[in-house]
Parts: sequence; structure tokens; C-alpha cells
Amino acid sequence: MSTNVKQPEIKDIASQQSGADPINYSFMSEPGISKKVVEQISHYKNEPAWMLDQRLRALDIFFAKKQPTWGADLSDIDYSSIYYYLRPTDKVQNKWEDLPESIRKTYDRIGIPQAERKFLAGVMAQYESEAVYHSLKKQLEDLGVVFLDMDSGLRKHPDMVKQYFGTVIPAGDNKLAALNSAVWSGGSFVYIPAGVRVEIPLQAYFRINAERAGQFERTLIVAEEGSYVHYIEGCTAPIYTTNSLHSAVVEIIVKKGARVRYTTVQNWSKNVYNLVTKRTFVHEEGMMEWVDGNFGSKVTMKYPSVFLLGKGAKGDILSLAFAGEGQHQDAGGKAFHGAPYTSSKIVSKSISKLSGHTSYRGMVTIPHGMKGCKSTVICDALLLDEHSRSDTYPTMDIRESDTQIQHEATVGKIGEEQLFYLMSRGLSQAEAMSMVVSGFIEPIAKEIPLEYAVEMNRLIEMEMEGSVG
Amino acid sequence: MKTLTIDNLHVSIEEKEILRGISLQVKQGEVHALMGPNGSGKSTLASTLMGHPRYEVTEGTMQLGDVRLNKLGPDKRAKEGIFLSFQYPSEISGVSLQNFLRTAYNNLKREKGKPVPVLEFRKILEEKMKLLGMNPLLAKRSVNEGFSGGEKKRSEILQLAIIEPTIAILDETDSGLDVDALKAVAQGINALRGPEIGIVLITHYSRILKYITPDHVHILVGGKIVRSGGAELAHQIEETGYEGI
Repeated sequence: MSTNVKQPEIKDIASQQSGADPINYSFMSEPGISKKVVEQISHYKNEPAWMLDQRLRALDIFFAKKQPTWGADLSDIDYSSIYYYLRPTDKVQNKWEDLPESIRKTYDRIGIPQAERKFLAGVMAQYESEAVYHSLKKQLEDLGVVFLDMDSGLRKHPDMVKQYFGTVIPAGDNKLAALNSAVWSGGSFVYIPAGVRVEIPLQAYFRINAERAGQFERTLIVAEEGSYVHYIEGCTAPIYTTNSLHSAVVEIIVKKGARVRYTTVQNWSKNVYNLVTKRTFVHEEGMMEWVDGNFGSKVTMKYPSVFLLGKGAKGDILSLAFAGEGQHQDAGGKAFHGAPYTSSKIVSKSISKLSGHTSYRGMVTIPHGMKGCKSTVICDALLLDEHSRSDTYPTMDIRESDTQIQHEATVGKIGEEQLFYLMSRGLSQAEAMSMVVSGFIEPIAKEIPLEYAVEMNRLIEMEMEGSVG
Repeated sequence: MKTLTIDNLHVSIEEKEILRGISLQVKQGEVHALMGPNGSGKSTLASTLMGHPRYEVTEGTMQLGDVRLNKLGPDKRAKEGIFLSFQYPSEISGVSLQNFLRTAYNNLKREKGKPVPVLEFRKILEEKMKLLGMNPLLAKRSVNEGFSGGEKKRSEILQLAIIEPTIAILDETDSGLDVDALKAVAQGINALRGPEIGIVLITHYSRILKYITPDHVHILVGGKIVRSGGAELAHQIEETGYEGI
């Protein structure tokens, strides 16, 4: 590609909004994917040549790989009708008046502030972070913590990004990871130096930020030896988009004795295919915890993974999925025990109502010679009516006898007696149902930061009101 | 002063008639014992009064004060002042007894949109648990999950104490309890007895009536009340059994 075109430095969104943009990128607002689109994304972002090379190699892999057919039905995805890059200014796609009534109602119920709503609905490009963030940022910088959007991370710390990018999830991992590697934009780059414990969850203070939210965001977290961080992504408010594919990649490296917790609460609008690859390499005595809540989207396929690569490494995966009418949540977790004395725990809770469909899909692998490993898998499904559906696909590939494996699965229905009991105490049918559901997910909800948990409960109450009619 | 009036109540479940014309009046401040052998329809009457969807009223009426209950759902009946202490209360996993009770309290005792402050409710709860001699830790556990038989029944009485209904129906509150638990539950009920509450005490055996003296006793056999009388009727049952009626 040509590099002699002078690029405007992307400083922040505000300068984008000033309208001073000498180059015509208008074709990028055309849908569809091609080499040219990928080149232009990289060019527009003024990226180093190696990143462009990586993107183009990934694009070839994307074209070569077949659409996965082993999970949810993805046959309706039309890659040629999707927009692969939107400049921040282009993200103002929608008019408030055009928003579906259901989305507006949900904002009311969850109590999302007006300014935040406009951002979530795509009628405003930027949501002003709270002032508190700026002092937090200073504190983090003093500790040597890097916390940037991925594009800035690449500009400011190219060597670090180059060292780790694509090492946990290479483009060849799967078709959607290849797509993300080719067209990624936004996401976060987080680096925690050795021994640093970040006590405040990152992202909690400014969960809304145009550069971090996107269709193809890419996140990389590196936790050096003995460090700790809790990263939170997403929000419970529905994110409305007319673009129907969200395909993110999250790579995490947990070094010796470090601990990372990654919490996601996803509520995409119900036209979105949410196909996300998340994986962590956990080294000796390290600890990774995935907490993953899925509410929105048409189809979600997401199986946060832990590769336990050093003796004593631990990985926990808590997965929660709620499938309402017309939704399929195909979620679960994967644990690969690549070192002896490693332990994993996967807890999956799913709720289906009306024609909603949840699947637990999990895989635990313990190769021969990996002595003293432990793994626990618990998957519980709750069906709210006779039309809902839940499947379980637990795969266990255990080739070592000196291990402790535990697997429990339950499927329950809300019972008539339970509802009668609660209603006899003055709860309406919807209130009774949401109380049973809240109780069911409590083991996971208590791991989610309080403000998110509160919003999640309101979301469930709304869903229950809808199901009673 | 409100009265629960049951008039010629016929109830079927899956087309089988269980109650065949029950008539009964319970005033606030009264305690009625309803006794009968297994299968006589005692629990059916309790569930029907609370509005269980599986029981079909084919004839007759249930009324509290001026309000006809027949068509109301269980939550609406609770709001009118009916309470049922369950023989087999359901378990609600992951929901603490105190949160459950606070929700019930807000629904039944507070105006809509004006929930009780959490600390204020905690005081009410502590006071009632103390009155019933209950271990406060029970309130932190999931509703009925892993509760012993005695704990379940005491939790039901605690709910009664907090909700303070107009009419309380106690369905076999004495069943499955050892002597100490029975005494404790009976003491709890006696402590709550008063001019504001009418109680229907449903029981198979007369032993709980050693601790709670009813104003009226009714004998239910084959879906009908075959005899009514005072406390002495219970003693007669103890001596002669239901066969002797």
C-alpha cells in the first residue's frame, strides 16, 4: 500500500468531529469485505507495516475457512452486507426517533442516564467519561499500568503489542478470529507490571467510550508476575446497532503468580450475531477468572477458555446465559490442562423462555502425564415454559488417570407450587418468576460488581413481565 | 371487623369432587380448628381459599368482608388479607428468607412504590424472630432450602407474624414436629393470636389443641363438615377417633 499519503493523526474523537478530514474515505461506508477495505482501515489508522501484513494474512485465512457449522446456526450471516469499519463520526448512525420502542423502554427501566442512552443507541458518538476517570488514570500511570484503547496501545507501545498480539489466539484459530484479526478496531490494551495490584476494576468508571465499543474490537491484557487486575467489559443496557455482526477477540496472558478477572455483561440488540473468541494463557501458579453474562443478541457463540500452562495454574469460568424469544445462546467454557497440578472450574447457568434456546458447550482436556489435575464442571439450566429449550454438550477428554474430575448437570422448570407459594405472599406471577430466576443465577450474580448486578436484576424483571403477558 | 364467609363451597380437582358444600364463617379474633381424617379435604380447602390454580370451584362462594374471592389470584387474595401457612412450603434456591420476607412485606403492607427502608425492615424482622424464639441466622439462608421440618414451620409462622393477615389458614402446621418443636410453634401462634386476626387451624390430630384452645371446632369428613362445636369436640375426637362421630 502507499504510505506517502499524509494521515491526520487520530488524537481523539473530538478532533474527528471537527470535520477536518482531507481524505475521502467515503467508500469505507460501503458494506462488504475486501483487501482494499483492510488496507484502508490500516492506512487510516496509520499502522506499522507488520500490522497490515498480519491483517492481510488473516484476511486470506478468513476467505479460506468455512463457516463453522458445529454450533449455532450461522447460515444467515451475509458477510457482504456488513460494515467493517466505521469512523467514530460514522457511528452516529441512528436517529433517536427511529429507535425501536422496546429499546427505549429498557433504558427507562434500567435507569440509564440520558447522555449514556444516546451513546448506546448510536445517536451520539461520544459519552463524556466522568471526571473521576482522570485522577484514576494518573494513579494507574504512576504504577506503570497501561490502559489504552487498542489503537492507541499500538501507537504508543508498538513493541509490546507486537510481542503478544495474536499469540494467544492466532488468526488461524477459527474463521471469526481471522475476520477480527483482519478488520479489528477498538478494544483495550492493558499491561500490568510485575507485582502491581490494581484494586479498582478497570472500565468501571467509564464503561462507555466510543473507541472501546465496536463491532470488531480486539483486547489484549498482559499481567506480569504477581500482578492483579479486574477488567470489566460491556453493560446491561441494550446496545442498539443496525450492524448485525459483533466478532471480538480477547487475549489474556497471566504470568507466574498473577491473577486476572475478566467480567463481561453483554446485551446486544436482538438482531446481532455475537461471535466472540476469548482465551487466556495461565502460567505457573497464575489464576484466571472469566465471568461472562449473556443477555442480548440473536445468536451468541462464546466459550471463554483457559490454557493452564504452568504447574499450579488455575482457571475459573462462570457463564450465564438468558435466551428469550427467538434467541440462541450457545455458551460455555474450555479448559486445557497443559501442565500438572492445574485446576479448572466451569459453572454454567442458563435460562430459557418462550422459544429461547440455550446450549452449554464445554470442553475439558487433560493430556496423558498431567498428573494431579482437578476439574469441576457444573451446568444448570432453568426452563421457564414448555416452549423453551436447553441442550448440554459437555466434552471431556481425560487421558491421565491421576486426576479428579467432577461433572454435574441439572435441568429444572419453575414449578406451579413454587409460583403458588410466592404469589400467596403477594408477589405477582412476574415478580414470583423473577424471584426464582434471580435466586437461580445468584451464585454468578454475586461475582458481578454490584451496579451491574442490580441492573441485571431489573433486566430479568422486565423479561419476566414480558413472558407473563 | 371482617368475616371470612364460605358458602356451599364445592371444589373439584381433575373432575373429581373433593369438597361437597362447605359453609363456614370465621371472624377476626376467632380461632377455628378444622379436624378430619386423611383425605377428608382439609388441605384442599386450605389451597382453594388461597387460590391454587389447580383447584376448581364448581359451586359456592368465598368472601372476605365485602370482597368476593372466587376469581382472584393468590397474590390478590393475599392483598385482601388471606394468609396460608403451607404444609409443604417450596424451596427457593438463592433467595434469602429475609429478602423474600421484605418483598412480601413491601407487596402486602406498603403502598406501591414506597418500599420499607432496609434497616427499618431488619428491625421488624429481628423483633418478630425474637418473639418466636428463632435463630436470626435462619433469615440469611435460602428460603426453606435445607430447613428442618421444625424450621420450615417456624418460618411459616414468622411470615404470618410479619404479614399480619386478617385471616390465617394454618395447614397441618403441627405435622412432622417433635414435642419441643410443636410447643415452640404453638407458643408462636398463641403470641400472634388477638382481636385482629382470625385463624383456621387445620389438623389431623388434637395434640396441638393442648396448647392452643380453639373457640370453635369443626369436623370434616368426605368433603363435608359433619359436626361443629366448641373445644370439647376436640377432646371427644381424641377419645373416640373420627369413627365415633
